[in-house]
Amino acid sequence: MNDASRKSGLSKYSWVVVIAIPLTAILFQVYVPRFLPFLAYLELPLLVTVYFALAKRSPIAGVLYGTSVGLAQDSLSHHPLGMYGIVKTLVGYFAAFVSQRFDVRNHSIRAILSFFFYFFHEFFYWVLARALLGEPVDFAPARVLVLAVLNAAVAPPLFLILDKLKAPE
Amino acid sequence: MEFFLNRYRNLSVLLVAILAQLALLAYQIRSAQDVRLIRVWAVSAVTPLARMIEGGRSGLSTFFHDYFFLLGVRQENRRMKTDLERVEMENQYLREQLSSADRASALAIFQRTSQSKTLAARVIGNTTDSSGKAVIIDRGAADGVQKGMAVIKPEGIVGKVINVFPHAANVLLITDPAFAAGVISQKNHAPGTLKGQGQGTVIVDHVQNEESVEQNEWFLTSGDDLIFPRGLMVGQVTVVRPGKNGKEIYLAPSGLQSSLENVLVVLNGIHGTITETPVPNQSVHLLAPPPEAESAATAPAPATAPATAATDLDRAIDRYRAIGAAQNHKYGDKSTPAPNYNAPIEGTPPPAPNTPSHP
Repeated sequence: MNDASRKSGLSKYSWVVVIAIPLTAILFQVYVPRFLPFLAYLELPLLVTVYFALAKRSPIAGVLYGTSVGLAQDSLSHHPLGMYGIVKTLVGYFAAFVSQRFDVRNHSIRAILSFFFYFFHEFFYWVLARALLGEPVDFAPARVLVLAVLNAAVAPPLFLILDKLKAPE
Repeated sequence: MEFFLNRYRNLSVLLVAILAQLALLAYQIRSAQDVRLIRVWAVSAVTPLARMIEGGRSGLSTFFHDYFFLLGVRQENRRMKTDLERVEMENQYLREQLSSADRASALAIFQRTSQSKTLAARVIGNTTDSSGKAVIIDRGAADGVQKGMAVIKPEGIVGKVINVFPHAANVLLITDPAFAAGVISQKNHAPGTLKGQGQGTVIVDHVQNEESVEQNEWFLTSGDDLIFPRGLMVGQVTVVRPGKNGKEIYLAPSGLQSSLENVLVVLNGIHGTITETPVPNQSVHLLAPPPEAESAATAPAPATAPATAATDLDRAIDRYRAIGAAQNHKYGDKSTPAPNYNAPIEGTPPPAPNTPSHP
């Protein structure tokens, strides 16, 4: 993809959308699984981070966005602040990095990237929990792979909805 | 340096963000302190919303439940014309009402009868951890909740308070891998440490292979952790087998078997006793006390046989004592011959073979 076409793919969003969407995703994670437990597998804050990092196509924006979403998620968790922050910072950076090389408006690529980043997110979180906090948590690759597939299945329709929230050119 | 920063600007920002968060993490872990202000802001911001959502949800749920229930009643009434059927419907309605109120009333009854001072709280949300093994309750420092307090239900223990905010608190559930509590088996009094697994079950660690623990045996809190009062129900053994470093014991946590809506925070715990009587089942129903006069008139006459014989062994000992007394035999005196154990005792029938152990 050349520079011109890449720049033409840049998306703009109103600041209300940029703030409200991740907050909604985090609140969804806090409340909805209480009533619909099967939706606990959805890692919406991660999908939203991936989406905005892909849309912005700027690693710096991806880093800042990932850090903000991660820290907000940390503040409502029972772990020390920074666990989700670090993981989502990396996700934001790599997602933005990837977006500079692929056509990330393609649904299949979005699904594949969501699958990959979910697995990366869970694995890296597990590494941090083991290494930094010394928590005896187990990593079940098969379970994480299944959840990654489910999140990847949700990503394209969710991204389509988020595409509708783009600010008019 | 400037050239480096310009050339690797993206990477530099990434490194700065990661290092800053690592420093934040290191500070929290090293000082064992939380960055409290951020959490207080976050939880205080979402708590009113949580209360609103929870209130709206329960209101809507009640409305729809009542609405569909009433529709059902109307349809049923159209079909059923006789008085008998109408009475059955009323009966069913009352049962439904009782069932829906059961959990709340069980909590209230437990709170009244428990010796510990407790505070009722409502679960208003989960934390954002992917494992989801901590919840948010609608009681906080303003209600007297403190970090480290036990959280229980009539059915069993639920978790402990790990973070307290002005009007909310985080409760770490017993299924979280970071959770630990002192427990003891009900029957054989084998002590151990309860640990979460991250899934639906919990394990009891540090129980020697020599200890006797049975399938379906209950584990209770031992009080050794200084969090949970002694004698609270924890769960029933689902799997027990010898392991490398001690017994492998899996429990089904009784406090988390039903939905987690209302809980009790133990403000001032009082240790109970651990008896070997079977643990009562989940639902709690207390009958009203019978009227004094009626109960006195209809009370059965006291049994002539002593009521101490709880087991087969007790009954056998009682019988042998009675035989010895009837034949003037003094147990322990080797100079007299042994009594005739087959002789019937006056007034008591001989024991039937294969008597069930629990009358």
